[in-house]
Amino acid sequence: MDFIDYYKVLGVSKKATEAEIKKAYRKLARKYHPDVNPNDKEAEKKFKEINEANEVLSNAENRKKYDKYGKDWKHAEEFEKAERQQQQYQQQGRSYQRAGTNFTEEDFSDFFGSMFGGAGGGRRRASSFRGQDYNAELQLSLKDVYKTHKRTLTVNDKNIRLTIPAGVKNGQVIKIKGHGGEGIQGGPKGDLNITFIIQNDPKFRRDENNLYTTVDLDLYKAMLGGEEIINTFDGKVKLKVKPETSNLTKVKLKGKGFPLYKQEGKFGDLFITYKIKLPTNLSNKEKELFKELSKLRSK
Amino acid sequence: MKQEKLISIRQLCDHYQIEMSFFEALQEEGLLRMTYASNNYFLEQDAMHRAEKIIRIHKELNINVEGIDVVFNLLQKVDNLQQEMLQMQNKLNLYEGESFFS
Repeated sequence: MDFIDYYKVLGVSKKATEAEIKKAYRKLARKYHPDVNPNDKEAEKKFKEINEANEVLSNAENRKKYDKYGKDWKHAEEFEKAERQQQQYQQQGRSYQRAGTNFTEEDFSDFFGSMFGGAGGGRRRASSFRGQDYNAELQLSLKDVYKTHKRTLTVNDKNIRLTIPAGVKNGQVIKIKGHGGEGIQGGPKGDLNITFIIQNDPKFRRDENNLYTTVDLDLYKAMLGGEEIINTFDGKVKLKVKPETSNLTKVKLKGKGFPLYKQEGKFGDLFITYKIKLPTNLSNKEKELFKELSKLRSK
Repeated sequence: MKQEKLISIRQLCDHYQIEMSFFEALQEEGLLRMTYASNNYFLEQDAMHRAEKIIRIHKELNINVEGIDVVFNLLQKVDNLQQEMLQMQNKLNLYEGESFFS
């Protein structure tokens, strides 16, 4: 654990008065309070530090211990006891080494146990009526959210079976009521907020409910026309390619895009961009024929 | 409306050590909507999350009712902008793929 200088955190000098500390804390709290910085983890971290600094520095006794022992101030009593013992041992002509103390992240945060609750997630006062809100992220592929499906999530050792509606968007948050922390004094449970992270698909790009893909088309099919089998999320589709199709031509397949969220049976469109592949490693015969074509064109 | 879905304002005042006038001011500013029944004011359970947030902003940040109104309006704007930004980011991803359109 890195040592955090509480005076630095609050931006006050070591000689700051109680009123100066209070003023600095209030100013920073207004800036970093999680209620005014929703979904900002950096601000939440900063606010925890500010709170911790304030808890220590606004209490005369704690501040005194902190000034003397620094980061180990919470173990001041143990140190003082150890010091007394050491003095005793030294008086007895014996050497004594104090055992190293291990600090964990929990030591750093135990000031907030009551304020933020034990589990990760939304910030709640321990004394509130409503239970704590839990936040979770769920990573899904584009294919996963093409169809409505059920999934079991494990949140705080509890299995929650939920239905993920087709068409969920990247970054969308779904609130599952009553799946957060237990309520206090008979209050309702908190909620579970799930943020969906939809990974990009190598073949398809999604913009809202429309899908975009590129399809390679050989030169001859582009020039003379023909048929092309296209893969969609809904299976294969046979498309007619018009003769003299130029490079980067876009074709819209109505209703072959992404399903609309919570609108069963409704779909966006699929936009296909043809990318014409030129033949390479031409044989002599092919070169001759191309030259002939070129001559015909220049006439 | 079922009685068990209502939380007594009096109970909230006791719990959070807040004057009734604070809730009245919130109602006046349109920040919270109270329900009147059986000679008492109540808050719907669904409004508790918002109420607690208001109380925290008021008590922990020393912000008065008018200030809370400003904060909520700005937070709404931030939320709208974040949604817009998310949409733009998703749209931008369309054109950032290595092989796409190349």
